[in-house]
Amino acid sequence: MSEGRWIGKPVKRVEDARLLTGRGTYIDDHPPVANVCHAAIVRSPHAHAKILGYDTAAASAMDGVAGVITGADVARHTKPFSVGVTAPVHYYCAATDRVRFVGEPVAVVVARNRYLAEDAAEHVQVGYEPLAVVLDPERALESDAPVLHEAVGSNLAGHRRLVYGDPDRAFREADVVLDERFSFPKYGSTPIETYGVIAKWDPLDGVCTVWSNFMGPFIMHPLTARVLGLPENKLRFIVPPDIGGSFGIKSSIYPYIALIALAAMRLGVPVKWIEDRREHLLASSSGTDRVAYREVAATKDGTILGMRFRWLDNVGGYIRSPEPGCSFRPTGNFVGPYRFQNLEVDASVVMTNKSLTGPNRGYACGHLYFETEGMMDRLADKLGLDPVDVRRRNLVQPDQFPYRTPTGGLYDSGDYPAALDRALELARYDELRREQAKARAAGRYFGIGLALAVDPSVSNMGYVATALDPQFRAKPEYLPKSGAVDAATIKIDPLGRVIAILGTTPQGQGHQTVVSQIVADELGLVPQDVTVVDEMDTFTRVWSISSGTYSSRFGSVGTSAVALAARKLKAKLVAYAAHLTDVPAESLEFRDGAVRPRSGKGPAYSVKDLAGRAHWNTESLPEGMEPALQATAVFGFTVAKAVDAQDRVNSSNTYGFIAEVMAVEVDRDTAAIKILRYVTVHDAGTIINPMIAEGQIYGGALHGLGGALYEELQYDDNGQLLTGTFMDYLVPTASEAPTIDIAHIVSPSPLTPLGSKGLGESSSMTVPAVIANAVSDALAPLGIRINDLPMTPTKLWTIMERARANDASRVVSGAEPKSGDRSRVAPGAAQESGDRSRVASGAEPKSGDRSRVAPISGHPRSKPASRTPLQ
Amino acid sequence: MKPPKFEYHAPRTVDEALALLGRYGGDAKVLAGGQSLMPLLNFRLARPAALVDLNRIPSLAFIEESGGRVRLGAMTRQRTIEFSPVVAQRLPLLKEATRWVGHLPIRTRGTIGGSIAHADPSAEYPAVLTALEGEVVARGAKGERVIKAADLFQTYLTTTLTPDEILTEVRLPAMAAGAGYALEEFSRRHGDFAIIGIAAVVVRDGQRCKTARLATAGAGPVPVRLRAAEEILERDGLGEAAIEAAARKATELVDPDSDIHASADYRRHLTGVLTKRALVRAIGVARG
Repeated sequence: MSEGRWIGKPVKRVEDARLLTGRGTYIDDHPPVANVCHAAIVRSPHAHAKILGYDTAAASAMDGVAGVITGADVARHTKPFSVGVTAPVHYYCAATDRVRFVGEPVAVVVARNRYLAEDAAEHVQVGYEPLAVVLDPERALESDAPVLHEAVGSNLAGHRRLVYGDPDRAFREADVVLDERFSFPKYGSTPIETYGVIAKWDPLDGVCTVWSNFMGPFIMHPLTARVLGLPENKLRFIVPPDIGGSFGIKSSIYPYIALIALAAMRLGVPVKWIEDRREHLLASSSGTDRVAYREVAATKDGTILGMRFRWLDNVGGYIRSPEPGCSFRPTGNFVGPYRFQNLEVDASVVMTNKSLTGPNRGYACGHLYFETEGMMDRLADKLGLDPVDVRRRNLVQPDQFPYRTPTGGLYDSGDYPAALDRALELARYDELRREQAKARAAGRYFGIGLALAVDPSVSNMGYVATALDPQFRAKPEYLPKSGAVDAATIKIDPLGRVIAILGTTPQGQGHQTVVSQIVADELGLVPQDVTVVDEMDTFTRVWSISSGTYSSRFGSVGTSAVALAARKLKAKLVAYAAHLTDVPAESLEFRDGAVRPRSGKGPAYSVKDLAGRAHWNTESLPEGMEPALQATAVFGFTVAKAVDAQDRVNSSNTYGFIAEVMAVEVDRDTAAIKILRYVTVHDAGTIINPMIAEGQIYGGALHGLGGALYEELQYDDNGQLLTGTFMDYLVPTASEAPTIDIAHIVSPSPLTPLGSKGLGESSSMTVPAVIANAVSDALAPLGIRINDLPMTPTKLWTIMERARANDASRVVSGAEPKSGDRSRVAPGAAQESGDRSRVASGAEPKSGDRSRVAPISGHPRSKPASRTPLQ
Repeated sequence: MKPPKFEYHAPRTVDEALALLGRYGGDAKVLAGGQSLMPLLNFRLARPAALVDLNRIPSLAFIEESGGRVRLGAMTRQRTIEFSPVVAQRLPLLKEATRWVGHLPIRTRGTIGGSIAHADPSAEYPAVLTALEGEVVARGAKGERVIKAADLFQTYLTTTLTPDEILTEVRLPAMAAGAGYALEEFSRRHGDFAIIGIAAVVVRDGQRCKTARLATAGAGPVPVRLRAAEEILERDGLGEAAIEAAARKATELVDPDSDIHASADYRRHLTGVLTKRALVRAIGVARG
């Protein structure tokens, strides 16, 4: 835990003046590479088709065209990427034999400028033989479904059944068992800056240099080098100082790095490609759409005995690494903040003719908590208990930390009940319940939702191996994986000022500001004395496989490396001062910006003083001391271990906590959802800059709101994307932002030098749950439960109308109807709930059948999107 | 998202512009605020041989009031309309509708003529033109003609303007002093095109309704004038029952389509809900 002059203060972001006045250096602003040419990517107009051949003669002959490469070149000159499963999925950087989703790259045209490249791209002829299309993950696993990958033989990319404790016994012994079906939509992040890659190949020294807005993890560097057939020390990744947002999405840029690098290598010219928005929506990356079947077993007092998860995660046309993280990234925190010990997870990773998936803010946790928190409310309802009480009864207690979860997670610190209490207090929960009673009496749909979540940060790359069978992992040739590492270098100049060099790649998080706060506190400086350099370069920076800015790492691992580097330097300064004054080093300490005698008596040496002497007069250094004042620290979590034989893994390294309460009203006539109150309480350990933390929470909340209400990559039956522009793919804007009441609880992490944890994904993982629960509560009088996102007005109105038309109707959003009157469901009624047939998840009609609710037809404004104009 | 090659012309007068349109024989597009045309070009959905840019024709941007009507030059920016005292006083419905048009940067570029000529049936200005029984002036090689709102919109994104004509002016009768008005709109986000919008004007005489005007946005391939609903109010007055009856009637007068944002049934339902809301608000602010 660090208390300092600067840490904990809302220091203004040093980046902002530069960024707000248009002086940022993003990939598209990158200093010109001589004679750079521009690429346009030819993309598949079909969701599934066999490629019969290419004719590039006309395009190649056009004015200004440097050349064309196709899938045939990709097949000849590159290898497929390694995938995270054992199924033989051959995923190349462009289609080679078949196309498997609309927008899949099939060729690249390189020309003097982008206009000419797009003109020529229209003249690349690709022969296709269309094949049957499958989009739904459940349909894709049926025996007569079209199969995307012949070598795999089915659309199942991977399947694991993970068992922790004794779930069968828990379900046998339960007083109450509930099950439910959920579906979670496919949505992304739409960072303002799209993907961008510039590649240059020097055949003389054999180095391929790639500039891109890729923020890591640099696991992808060796993967890409292998695909291109280059030694790793001949492939140089450079990341410009500024990235215009990522939210996980840009970790999926690496296939384009390979494709553009291949174009540069084959055509002998430097090549630049900036993804346009159409390409981004069509074919960059998104989270998975998931169908989930959930079961919970509990005693009648609400104690959870166990759970079963059955997931079908739709990863699109291929499985692209780090998938199937969609299923396994939260392994350590599968149980969330609850104490139950028995869990079965049945995860199927399914390939369909949709675009590919990957990390998206909250990676898999939005899905996880939407389901779990939905089940908590069902349980409370079933038992006639308040949703708060059911949660409270099951929370991990403050004296249990560090808490080892049954799935291998190690929750480092926390006080979950205190955070929940704070959220209830801020939301004035009891008052809200009274308001609700009044509103209901007046016929209004007023609801209150809760959501609790363990917020994992700094993934341990070892989690990906959970996708592999323990027998496979036990083979001698299998190399275990683990780690969460980042590095920082700090240099003190002769005047005592500092340059800090990071291996991280900020995408807007304010690393320069935060690092200057930390270094200022450690070395007794002011933040203005610290210059922070954050341009990643794999040739010159210290880094390791897991380095990068993803998985909310910087606030935890990146800041730790900085603090440790500063502490190394402080130790050196103390040793140097001890030598200068000829006293034992133990008698000195670094305090208030200077080396001082512990006794308080005697001279103090400031950093500036010591730095000047050390740089200008190396003779003054003690024997054996390395000259110059610089230190590099590489921080790695020792709790990041490989998955064990029982499939237990500490999948992240620091674990925060989120408690949220939301009140909503659903308009009786329009089905519009109005957020009346929204409280979010976070515990991310030490908060280094509360202003930046608050910004992350706002952004996370809005992102979650997008998935809950607005955003979905929708396809028609032929696999054509219907939401291909921002006119149809709706991202919430400032106008849609609710008032957010934010509070923090601070349980410093014992694992990081500053006590900090990550916070970057934050409420993106809770908002889908909290708003779905609030709307379900609002519509309880109609017997409606929300198990299906996004809650669009037309969908909501349709189920409300159906429920109103027939009170006895069981027709709800993919769920069972529930009693409108909580008090009628007496706790004693628990036994009868064991009767599965009443609560069968198969209750028809399923919410998945959205064609009934939102028929799709041609409104002309949608046409630019739905027609997905392709070259 | 780069457009294919096109010629670009920036004439200084309408006559020059018309001559250019003539030269390309229907293969040129008129560029106003560019808020719809530029995306169409970048998506390569529109591939004109040339653009004739009206932005440098000063005579096309004006707001003038005379003889009980307000004339707005086609190139008048939505942002100008939003803050025009003449519009505030004589066409308060247009002012209210303008606040629903996109976002500030869009209104800063977007023009009234461009919005109407583009004829998106979900847009606000075509609904206002229809509700207020306005007309537009079109100039072509053969001279000038005036087209009534009812005769302008043919179907989605299609008007009776010919490719060699330029919409130069929008004429709206000044609203009666004391007229009540409202524009109610439902969209998924602020600034989006309407899922359904209803423009309403009510001139009252006590509980009697002298005139009622109702028009839709988003309820079909063109803005729909809800005449039969208006007649209920003009016949039965402004009481609750008449409002309910008019709103119910409104749902029968529209034949909306389904798209990914809203089903036809939902749009039809919203037409009733918003008609009622617009009327209640319009009647509430009407004097007389």
